[in-house]
Amino acid sequence: MTTFLDHKQIDLVRQGCRFTERCVKPLRDNTYKYGFATVIESDEIKSGLDLETLKLISEKKNESGFIIEFRERSFKKWQSLKDPAWAELKYPPIDYQAIKYYSSPKQQPKLNSMDEVDPELRDTFEKLGIPLNEQKRLSNVAVDAVFDSVSIFTTFKRELLKLGIIFCSISEAIEKYPQLVKKYLGSVVPITDNYFVALNSAVFTDGSFAYIPKNLQSPIELSTYFRINNEQSGQFERTLIIAEPGSSISYLEGCTAPKYDSNQLHAAVVELVSHEGANIRYSTVQNWYAGDKKGKGGVYNFVTKRGLCLGKESKISWTQVETGSAVTWKYPSCLLMGDSSQGEFYSVALTTNYQQADTGTKMIHIGKNTKSRILSKGISGGHSKNTYRGLIQFGRKAAQAVSYSQCDSLLLAHQSEAKTFPYINVRNSTARVEHEASISRIGEEQIFYFHQRGIPEEDAIKLIVNGFCQEVFRKLPMEFALEAEKLLDLKVEKSIT
Amino acid sequence: MLEIKNLTATTAQEGKRQVALILKGVNLNLQKGEIQIVMGSNGSGKSTLAKVLAGHPAYNMIHGTVRFREEKLIRCLPETRARLGLFLGFQYPMEVGGVSNQDFLRLAYHSRYKKKDEVLNTSLRFANRILNYVKILDMNSSFLPRPLNQGFSGGEKKKNEILQMAITGCELAILDEIDSGLDVDALKTLSKTILIYQLDSLFKTYFLQTTKSLILITHYQRLLEYIRPDRIQVMKEGKIVCSGKYNLGVVVDRKGYDWLSGTGLGSSLIEDLNKMKLNLLKTK
Repeated sequence: MTTFLDHKQIDLVRQGCRFTERCVKPLRDNTYKYGFATVIESDEIKSGLDLETLKLISEKKNESGFIIEFRERSFKKWQSLKDPAWAELKYPPIDYQAIKYYSSPKQQPKLNSMDEVDPELRDTFEKLGIPLNEQKRLSNVAVDAVFDSVSIFTTFKRELLKLGIIFCSISEAIEKYPQLVKKYLGSVVPITDNYFVALNSAVFTDGSFAYIPKNLQSPIELSTYFRINNEQSGQFERTLIIAEPGSSISYLEGCTAPKYDSNQLHAAVVELVSHEGANIRYSTVQNWYAGDKKGKGGVYNFVTKRGLCLGKESKISWTQVETGSAVTWKYPSCLLMGDSSQGEFYSVALTTNYQQADTGTKMIHIGKNTKSRILSKGISGGHSKNTYRGLIQFGRKAAQAVSYSQCDSLLLAHQSEAKTFPYINVRNSTARVEHEASISRIGEEQIFYFHQRGIPEEDAIKLIVNGFCQEVFRKLPMEFALEAEKLLDLKVEKSIT
Repeated sequence: MLEIKNLTATTAQEGKRQVALILKGVNLNLQKGEIQIVMGSNGSGKSTLAKVLAGHPAYNMIHGTVRFREEKLIRCLPETRARLGLFLGFQYPMEVGGVSNQDFLRLAYHSRYKKKDEVLNTSLRFANRILNYVKILDMNSSFLPRPLNQGFSGGEKKKNEILQMAITGCELAILDEIDSGLDVDALKTLSKTILIYQLDSLFKTYFLQTTKSLILITHYQRLLEYIRPDRIQVMKEGKIVCSGKYNLGVVVDRKGYDWLSGTGLGSSLIEDLNKMKLNLLKTK
């Protein structure tokens, strides 16, 4: 007997498989599994920050004239600036002289094949789920692996270069493509922008560089995996992505760090340039060590990310899943210069225990018919504080520009806090702006409904939180959406039990 | 199966609010496979009884015993009661955004049987089981991927409760005003589904146990026409004041609850009022 299945049956079975993957085989590992430290001999500069430090960094990296000058200018600017105090964050003053500004594993940085990489490092990345050697590497993602201050290895570099796509560490780009770097470095985020940008510009050590030539679509995802290992070192990375007219690229970054009782500083700068008709999709899954249950330890994450939609009809889309860090200060922004350009910001920020996050976006509409869309989901549990801060600005020439933002907050515990600060500044009367915000709490009645169906509180909250974030997860590249869901489940589970 | 003795319950203390005594010694016995109806005027404690049995945190059981399948219910958490096979069909089912109806069904099913049965979950049998009940309930299968109860009409929510009951399976279902807000056709479909489920005539392979027990909380006699109860209990001021066979329901429906206490005028009062109204109109 032959039976034919209709689409309803097939659909249900497929959903069942997905459900099994998500809920039935959950991660039983209840701890931060990236919390291990790698014991490796490292080449460091002693802690402290002055002009001498900059010189030493430049020496280590064999840098040429314009970068040395760039660093010095930034350092002088930094000395004249002050730590921003306006954010809803409380942390002890950071001692910038106690930080090591350069720490790299002892090895020759120029590697041609994976076999030359220190096995200890290879193991580290393999444990993190990023196998680097050619047989095991992820087939649909090119990975640049950054360990403390240096990039260790970049997969698919050669294959991409054949197509004309440059994907390498920023140090290599400075050496090989100085014209490109000189033209764009600091063009989107000027060194005078803020305290942490000036600091980063002075001491940045590595990061990723991507260049997509005209009318080309990157056939695979590009990604960078950042790992802080050294307890005293800070990580100051710099990422620069340039998309030439008509090109398109999807880029993803992931971050983890070992568990330490002390706090590490991470101050990154990311610059994106999107030319006419180009499309950049930038996704982040941030899982730095967040500190323990009492709020001890964890990474301080002060990041400036900005994209420039330079050409007509260009597009930049930020998606972030922020689950780690003791302190997060981060506002990925879009400068919408080109007419009809588009900026998007999709965010999930989860804070538990004593984590603090002040995050959001800036959409600066300059050109005509520019569009922006913001979707922010904040979840706070435990004693954590979660703040959304966003600026929407319409310039005089931004005729017919449209912006829509939606900020939802979900509170999991009585002591947790959620705040929303929307700043809206309109100078063109034909522009249209909409802002929606909501704060909700998982109610007793809702939990009882789940309980009555035999579902324990933990599963219920996981399901509700994940449902709350679905819209944002859908914006992530397929492969990472499931990872992000599982990461969130794990974090929520940890905060309840 | 279910034995309630002298059940007394209050609202839980919350801040400075005074606790209120709502159930004042309820006695009830229910055999396996029996259908009982609990009737009573508004505020007589019917819904509270259902919630207390399910373990709602807003109520405290202060006195009496409840035995369900030889277990003392008072000691069990709500989720444990559910796993024992107690199902509560809510009067006002919660809306939960973001959680899809079918994920909820699956999770409830898994939690109920504790064993995380991967095979059944991804199998065609489970899919068919859902689709069959969806069909019997005359629901549209497009409800399955939609957020749980969100944007559902009153009738759809009630049907969804019955779907959950049928899929997760239970020993005793307490359905709180499952018939309110339904049109005649929907009520017929719902009653049919409940009976199919109660007699377990459909999926014998899954539930080889005997028939299910039901407690239906209702205001209307119409439901009684479709589902013949074994017993009718009438509640008043936190107590069961009267119990009897099917006929009791008919009498109550005609005469009103006041008739039971012997003080009220029942339906004759309404007739009197109507006469007065007519007279008034005439004089105008």
